[in-house]
Amino acid sequence: MKFRSILLMITLLTVVMVSYNFNEVAEVQLEEQSMEAFGTMMEVVMHKRCMNCHPKGDQPRQGEDSHLHYFGVQRGEDGHGIAALKCETCHQKENNLNSGVPGAPHWHLAPRSMAWEGLSRTEVASVFMNPETNGGKSPEEIEKHMTEDDLVLWAFEPGIGLDGVPREKPPVSKEEFIEAVKIWIANGAKIPSE
Amino acid sequence: MKVDFKLNQKEVNVDVDENTPLLWVIRDVLDMKGTKFGCGKAACGACTVHVDGEAVRSCSFAVKFASGKSIRTIEGLSNGEDLHPVQQAWKEEIVPQCGYCQPGFMMATAALLDKIPNPTDEDIDKNIVNICRCGTYYRMRKAIHRAAELKNEAS
Repeated sequence: MKFRSILLMITLLTVVMVSYNFNEVAEVQLEEQSMEAFGTMMEVVMHKRCMNCHPKGDQPRQGEDSHLHYFGVQRGEDGHGIAALKCETCHQKENNLNSGVPGAPHWHLAPRSMAWEGLSRTEVASVFMNPETNGGKSPEEIEKHMTEDDLVLWAFEPGIGLDGVPREKPPVSKEEFIEAVKIWIANGAKIPSE
Repeated sequence: MKVDFKLNQKEVNVDVDENTPLLWVIRDVLDMKGTKFGCGKAACGACTVHVDGEAVRSCSFAVKFASGKSIRTIEGLSNGEDLHPVQQAWKEEIVPQCGYCQPGFMMATAALLDKIPNPTDEDIDKNIVNICRCGTYYRMRKAIHRAAELKNEAS
């Protein structure tokens, strides 16, 4: 009888320990998956197709070398340009394959509070996850913005440049990016320390 | 694709490829030659027209986006026999040299004055970024200030 009790206790203890280890392993795996997703997501976010319209000043950047936008184009009060030189003066709702001018719905600059230029990837992530700088958006709203907004997703279909050469796309596909954003946010949107 | 829009207050409809630049529809289909082709890349501004009151480079504006909109070209800038203040000022200051790019400048200036009635030199520098190979910028600056005066006097 005593032997049976001991055996039962050992069995129970083993089950608890194995279960604990499984949970620990699962947590580590989730953490690794989340960090991998963060890395994938930030490869896109840090790419010039995104960064050119998240400048630290009042002028957008453009091109593969991210030069200041030609003609001294200005941000304006609402990020849509100024009186007679708005973004829509040249940029329409879709890429123009005749002129090579890029376009997407509501083409405009990110607000000043969302300036990413010159920041590290963890600083950029902190900026876009912080409601004080991201326009009061929750993580769910940020996920929706990053995975559904036509202007954000334009980065994956950037069309051709003025020279007729296709613009460089981010190094991962749209599908991989969307999946990475969802995984990262579902796992708590943890920003790693650099 | 059939596209309906207003051109200088008149209803027009065209049946063209939906991605045809508005510039070519205005010039070749509707036979209004005031709006000019310069670079074809929305860079020089010679093709500037107004779309619902906003300055737009028509060489890079697919005609499908004009559907239901009101388009104004240099031919529609004046009110009948009365010159628009921008046209009057351009005339007074004898701005054009070869003249090719001037319709675009005038349309951009008219859009500017609708938003900023008394533009400063800085406003002009930032907003009027069209390109003139004859280098008439100095006279244009004077004409823009003069146009602002004329427009304000009239209103």
